[in-house]
Amino acid sequence: MAWIYSFCRLMKASRGTVMTLLKLLKEMKFRPAHLCWHGMGVGAGSVSDAVRKIWYGLPLKVVSYKDLYGWTMDEIVKLIGLKNNCTFCGVFRRQALDRGATLLKVDKLVTGHNADDIAETVLLNILRGDIARLSRCTSITTGEDGPIPRCKPFKYTYEKEIVMYAYFKRLDYFSTECIYSPNAYRGFAREFIKDLERIRPRAILDIIKSGEDFRISTSTKMPEQGNCERCGYISSQKWCKACVLLEGLNRGLPKLGIGRSRGANNELSKNAKEAKGIDSIQSKQCGTLDF
Amino acid sequence: MKLTLEFGGGLELLCDSVKIHHVNVEPQAGESKLTMKHLLSWVRTNLIKERPEMFMKGDSVRPGVLVLVNDCDWELSGQLDTNLEDKDIVVFISTLHGG
Repeated sequence: MAWIYSFCRLMKASRGTVMTLLKLLKEMKFRPAHLCWHGMGVGAGSVSDAVRKIWYGLPLKVVSYKDLYGWTMDEIVKLIGLKNNCTFCGVFRRQALDRGATLLKVDKLVTGHNADDIAETVLLNILRGDIARLSRCTSITTGEDGPIPRCKPFKYTYEKEIVMYAYFKRLDYFSTECIYSPNAYRGFAREFIKDLERIRPRAILDIIKSGEDFRISTSTKMPEQGNCERCGYISSQKWCKACVLLEGLNRGLPKLGIGRSRGANNELSKNAKEAKGIDSIQSKQCGTLDF
Repeated sequence: MKLTLEFGGGLELLCDSVKIHHVNVEPQAGESKLTMKHLLSWVRTNLIKERPEMFMKGDSVRPGVLVLVNDCDWELSGQLDTNLEDKDIVVFISTLHGG
């Protein structure tokens, strides 16, 4: 049983990649069991409807941030402003994927990340100096030792190829813009990659190859994987990022968990003193695995 | 000459959400043939109603926008120097999106 999910990224979100993925899997006689869509705020309703119409006869489960965390993206953006939206959305989405997958009891999680996405991620991690992610981001499968392994079958497929395939096969293709993304940092990496592609198209695959060939020095301290104390999700800190962000939202501290921090706990204790004066919003628990 | 222009992948939002346009474009004064270069500037002036920087960068389309002339990638026919003929179909698809 495979579980397919479509990822909304950046400026425009289209379901082209996932539709192509579904069509290919069907042609290969795979039996994809579930398609899960993610409701994301304004426009989510219309996108879900569109996905419902063209799901190639697969069961569809819609999961929303509101159900899992008690907050929609619109509410979050109202609180935090127009910066760092991708941080919240990305963290919540990743967890939502896993929680939805656990709910549906799937064996594998497949996403539509393409070569352009992976190349952008490699560049982003270099620009941010994120060694831990850099070592993991080019793996085609991740989490094999965990409950639900993930896979990116389109890792070496250019976005252009996917679009051409979808166009010539007349796959239903629709685009909705992610309205929170104009200031996303990924946009800079994307512009650069696109300019590179124009000059030398192989550059994208070369960046991925470089990312794969990185070797981290053994003396570098790497974060260790443990479990979140609050919800049990995997985490390298005491609390997982989603719990930290959610705590910030519930306490009216939009900056909690954003930017350089020396661990969730330092920030929490520091902000606990600031927060005493703020009216407490009813605390909403981060989704648990016993959904 | 009569051409059919299609916009996809989100580009239609720049043209009042109209995907297919049937247009009549004449070659530049003094030229006998209509080139893609001239068509692009014509489109920017006449069809793109907002955010032209999403469609074009300099003389050519923004990197990430696919151009198909009669279902053939324009990179095979000379990109900006591609000559257009009557009843040609030109498709612009933006690939700058998630999947």
